[in-house]
Amino acid sequence: MNAPAKFAWTAENEAAAQKHIAKYPEGKQQSAVMPLLDIAQRQNGGHVTQEIMEYIGKYLGMAPIRVQEVASFYTMYNHKPVGTHHVQVCGTTPCWLRGADDIMDACVKRLGIKKGETTADGMFTLGEVECAGACVNGPMVSIGDDYFEDLTPESVVALLDKLAKGEAIKPGPQVDRQTSAPEGGPTTLLGKAKSDSKEGDA
Amino acid sequence: MPTLTINGQEVTVDQGSTVIQACEKVGVEVPRFCYHERLSIAGNCRMCLVDMEKSPKPIASCAMPAGEGMVIHTDTERVKKAREGVMEFLLINHPLDCPICDQGGECELQDQSVAFGGGTSRYDEHKRAVEDKNMGPLIATTMTRCIHCMRCVRFSEEIGGVSDMGSLGRGENMEVVTYLDGVLDSELSGNVIDLCPVGALTSKPYAFTARSWELTSTDSIDVMDAVGSNIVVDTRDGAVMRIVPRIHDDVNEEWISDKTRFAYDGLKKRRLDRPYVRKAGTLFEATWGEAFSAVKKGLNGLKGAEIAGLVGDLADMEAMLALKDLLASLGSKQIEVRQDGAALDTSVRAGYLMNSGIAGIEDADYVLLIGTNPRIEAPLVNTRIRKMIVKRGLAVGNIGPANDLTYTVEEFGDDASLVKSAKGGRHAISKALKAADKPMIIVGQSALTGAEGAAVLKMARDLADKYCIADGWNGFNVLHTAASRVGGLDLGLTVDGGIASILDGASSGKIKAAFLLGADEFDSAALKDTFTVYIGTHGDEGVKNADVILPGASYTEKSGTYINTEGRVQRTAKASKAPGDAREDWTILRALSETLGETLPYNTVAELRAKLEKAAPATVTLDTLPDEAWGDFGTEGTVGKGGFTAAIDNFYLTNPIARASTVMADCIAEREGTDQAEATGTNG
Repeated sequence: MNAPAKFAWTAENEAAAQKHIAKYPEGKQQSAVMPLLDIAQRQNGGHVTQEIMEYIGKYLGMAPIRVQEVASFYTMYNHKPVGTHHVQVCGTTPCWLRGADDIMDACVKRLGIKKGETTADGMFTLGEVECAGACVNGPMVSIGDDYFEDLTPESVVALLDKLAKGEAIKPGPQVDRQTSAPEGGPTTLLGKAKSDSKEGDA
Repeated sequence: MPTLTINGQEVTVDQGSTVIQACEKVGVEVPRFCYHERLSIAGNCRMCLVDMEKSPKPIASCAMPAGEGMVIHTDTERVKKAREGVMEFLLINHPLDCPICDQGGECELQDQSVAFGGGTSRYDEHKRAVEDKNMGPLIATTMTRCIHCMRCVRFSEEIGGVSDMGSLGRGENMEVVTYLDGVLDSELSGNVIDLCPVGALTSKPYAFTARSWELTSTDSIDVMDAVGSNIVVDTRDGAVMRIVPRIHDDVNEEWISDKTRFAYDGLKKRRLDRPYVRKAGTLFEATWGEAFSAVKKGLNGLKGAEIAGLVGDLADMEAMLALKDLLASLGSKQIEVRQDGAALDTSVRAGYLMNSGIAGIEDADYVLLIGTNPRIEAPLVNTRIRKMIVKRGLAVGNIGPANDLTYTVEEFGDDASLVKSAKGGRHAISKALKAADKPMIIVGQSALTGAEGAAVLKMARDLADKYCIADGWNGFNVLHTAASRVGGLDLGLTVDGGIASILDGASSGKIKAAFLLGADEFDSAALKDTFTVYIGTHGDEGVKNADVILPGASYTEKSGTYINTEGRVQRTAKASKAPGDAREDWTILRALSETLGETLPYNTVAELRAKLEKAAPATVTLDTLPDEAWGDFGTEGTVGKGGFTAAIDNFYLTNPIARASTVMADCIAEREGTDQAEATGTNG
């Protein structure tokens, strides 16, 4: 491995880091460790290193092991390089009941890699995560910062195909529904709202 | 002061107590793993669940503050079930390797499983296995046994002051580690072995050498430093197998330093186990009779003024008094205990004691360190200072070399003359001392050695006199490094000019004979042409130029009186047998006195102690913090600008026992292997 350049904030990220630190009272700047790790992970192209954890430890005045504890606890921090698109399939019960295994199988087949691996071209990393909180629209995957919900094996492969070609894809439900509203449009509250309803604000 | 009811008994506890503490107060046993009264509350093991009326589910008693009117039950069916459930979960991943585990027989998990667990296991899945970690030469790890109580992590962070340990991962993948698999870099690291409720962290030097039920325990006192930590010496068949701490809240709480705990292998190495006599430059084995005759011959025709005595750092008071009396019978008053040349003054007892006491640190509101590195000179004093810094932000200033003390110190600079400026009133130090109600000055031995030592002592005394002396509070403290020092000073074992004058006398031929009572911390080359009798335990510096060697007993092999740096009188107990022909030091001197024709007037240790009580009245009362009258001491003098030299070069090598210990050598090797030498606290 080439000796990597020493990690230091870019001016932009330093400003962002300071913004997070400023949210906490004097002396409690350690509370900002999670957003800072996230910023650093982005700056570093998707994963954190020992050096970054030590850098943040020093930056926040905390022992490196305390940073490492946080970074190893949360799955949102990657400790190995990840591909351009980090595909994380939710495998927790609601998604699993709705066919998460099939989604995973489709991803494995389409990408030709196993869980935790990265494609040779560095485009995709595949992983499984615990509940991402989109249960109502399961099964789902997260790719980078976006959720892709209501998937079928076909629709997830279509997403991956588009990404591989460098095309943009639409986050959210991949079926005809708005966020977590009923599929195919509203099923309740179909009548006209009363104009002077006092509960209307609620 | 909330009052609560526990199993029908009413109890009132201090505000801020927890339910588990209230239970302890009424003698109700609550099982626990993660809770430890000297560490912060974690509440992660769940073993201490108890029933609280009006609570829909059992509560963790270690983390629940005791509240007015609470009704607690620890003997309900639900509590029993909860404990069995928690125990079952804890045992899911715990291996069934008790027969080959060093903790077996003294394991909290084992004991509590018997007392509170279910009778059978329902679990037949795979157990997880965790890779062992490297924690240096002292701590053996079997991390598969870890139940994640985090006591070791909390200890190293809170008490040890080193953020070397942590837990990585989550859920089933969680592992307790040291940072980058490095050594737990604290002088107190061995305490995690005692804290670990299971066999995950055990003693490496003790590994597989004995089972706990085979050991005979003897309560004793440590002599590795001047703290006088209370210890238990565990022996089997007369050999010391291990040393563990004993609780003494005013001295060592329940911790001991690694040197105290692990230097015992030095008791079995390089020991002097028979007398030797030097003939034509070579030492030959001899009988006691031959050795005594050789001493008699060597002293033949010498005047009292030509004989001197030097007392080592580990000498007990019985031996010191016997040597003093023996020398007196030979007409000599030249006997010196200040091996490091510290300019301590015996005129006022308060002038060489830690008057505030170690526990007094908890009352102090400002601490000024003068020429001391408590982290390596007295780790348990350092721990106490750190405890108060963590607990209530005690402010600490330092005059002397800047060291990593595991806490933040206001560094005033390494300049002895600052002690004088501090007295002035305008310096920042004076302001801090003045503002404090109970300020403490802790003077280390490095401030008192060297040509200006006596003047520094006087200046420190004057500084204390101005700011630190009040009704019921004496903030002047001398931190000693040697277990024998205060006892020796109480017996008045000082000569004008200190050890230097004796060594100069020996070089110039004015002193023709010298008795060394375990004295090894000086360059013995000066005694090349002096007739030297060495009474001691190890083949160390003192024997290099000795003409007669008389093998003595070490601190675990005799009952000896020691006075710690506070002036607290404590006694070691005989736990093991001295090797070979070695004898207790005072009996050697008593027997020798008979050969020399001036029999010392005591035949039993009781008779000797009666004399000791006359010579050093402090020894009448054991284990109390003395309250000594303040006075004037030290010598007026000028102090130039300049720094202090460290009193201890290497924490792990301060006495013959530690130097003979391979475990101590391993500790040094481990640290030299790392590239952060200056952060280890081992290089002075």
